[in-house]
Amino acid sequence: MDAKIVIDNIGKGFTKGGTTLPVIDGLSLKVKDGEFVAIVGPSGCGKSTLMKMISGFAMPDTGSVRIGGEKVGGPSPKGIVISQHGSVFPWLTVRENLMFGLNRGTPQQKRELADHYAEMVGLKGFENAYPRELSGGMLKRVEIARALVVKPEILYMDEPFSALDALMNLRIRNELLRILQEERHTVILITHDVEEALYLADRIVVLSQRPTTIQRTFQVLQPHPRKLSNPQLQQMKDEILAELGLDPAGSADGSADVVEQRQA
Amino acid sequence: MDKPHNKLHDKLHKTWPPLLLMACLVGLWHYAVVTSESVIFPTPQQVLDGTMELARDGTLWQHIGASLKRVATGFMLAVLVAVPLGLWMGRVGAVYDTLNPLFQILRPISPIAWIPLAILWFGVGDVSPVFLIFLSAVFPIIVQTAHGVHTIEKRYLDAALNFGVSRRKMFRQVVVPAVLPDIVVGMRISLGVAWLVVVAAEMIVRSSGLGFMIIDARNAGNRYDLVIAAMVIIGVIGLLLDLLMRRLEGLNSVRWRYGR
Repeated sequence: MDAKIVIDNIGKGFTKGGTTLPVIDGLSLKVKDGEFVAIVGPSGCGKSTLMKMISGFAMPDTGSVRIGGEKVGGPSPKGIVISQHGSVFPWLTVRENLMFGLNRGTPQQKRELADHYAEMVGLKGFENAYPRELSGGMLKRVEIARALVVKPEILYMDEPFSALDALMNLRIRNELLRILQEERHTVILITHDVEEALYLADRIVVLSQRPTTIQRTFQVLQPHPRKLSNPQLQQMKDEILAELGLDPAGSADGSADVVEQRQA
Repeated sequence: MDKPHNKLHDKLHKTWPPLLLMACLVGLWHYAVVTSESVIFPTPQQVLDGTMELARDGTLWQHIGASLKRVATGFMLAVLVAVPLGLWMGRVGAVYDTLNPLFQILRPISPIAWIPLAILWFGVGDVSPVFLIFLSAVFPIIVQTAHGVHTIEKRYLDAALNFGVSRRKMFRQVVVPAVLPDIVVGMRISLGVAWLVVVAAEMIVRSSGLGFMIIDARNAGNRYDLVIAAMVIIGVIGLLLDLLMRRLEGLNSVRWRYGR
């Protein structure tokens, strides 16, 4: 197994008033090339801090992150971050946004590449639109396309869909899966939405409370497209929720039980 | 289909009350002058006649042209100096820390207070008013531009960093467009101030400009009709300049800030 991303025993703390508060404490994880790993954890457990260290926007105090064998020293176009609030430049058109990250090639080539990806995410005809003229879902597509157009090896998604409404959230998930079938990328997804993780990921990593380490890992072997009503996935969902401390009874035996507990 | 009609209706609804107010004030003015039998203070009709007289012999246009030219020169110089300086201050913390205290001290000094120095350095020609207009216009743009750089949202800078773009691209496609709305705001503020200052600055100039026109009309035989005419023209041109700057805010490269 060749690991694309090797997170080796990283730790990070925040110093406040002279005392250092450990946020992440000795976390190790290996991600294979082309694997889709979802990271779920209780809020405030340092998920975003972890993502910053993997993507190079923050350095761990101890340990190291290696990508393709090279130590991460800063952000790089090899791995593009897609975050909750998005960072599509509002002063550039859709096409200009997509061309932004392209540092090589003639303007004509850049333009063709940008338009190709605009079409791929269903934004054909909107190339000259400004972001303010687009809906939240379309903006997210622009952001995904802008990341894909530079052909990154890795996509870092930090709660990417949580600002969208529920319906759009479901639609974008499917779009993402379709795109990932066309172009294989390694993906790390941070989310608080367990169903989103179950729907998308090959592997789900559950983080503990602070100081954060990996509490448990789940392999999701069901082929796509997945149905969340699948009993195995339901079972896994209950177990993940239990790990997160949301389901005091632990893994449920019957589905009626689950419904009751969810309503409680 | 009744939308355009409604819009027109709304516009009419908004414009007629201020027009009515102004008409009332002019009427009151006329009435006050006539009843008080003032020999110096002119009636609205006299102001209009005086204006027409100056417009016919061309001096009015010369004065307006001179004032606008000075404001344009001083203002353009201010933009040329203030925008790069503001961007530099915004990007480099040490530059900001060094220059900002000085500017904060210079900024509250009214340009009028510089008049003696302006005369000492530049005499009473064209350079003095341009210098004073420059002084009045430069600080608002510097401050607003630097503020704009400081308030660029980190997610945009992070995204640019993520894509590994050159410094040049970072500057041209992220920093400058992100700050542009603030630059426009700074320009609008400073053009307003510059127009305020031009009148005062021209009072020390000996030949032309609306400020000169006011002083000259008073000195040359108490022509208060021309004093008031100049005042009204200054007000109207100031309004037009502001409308012009507001149109800049409608440009696509600036509108993203307001469009949401």
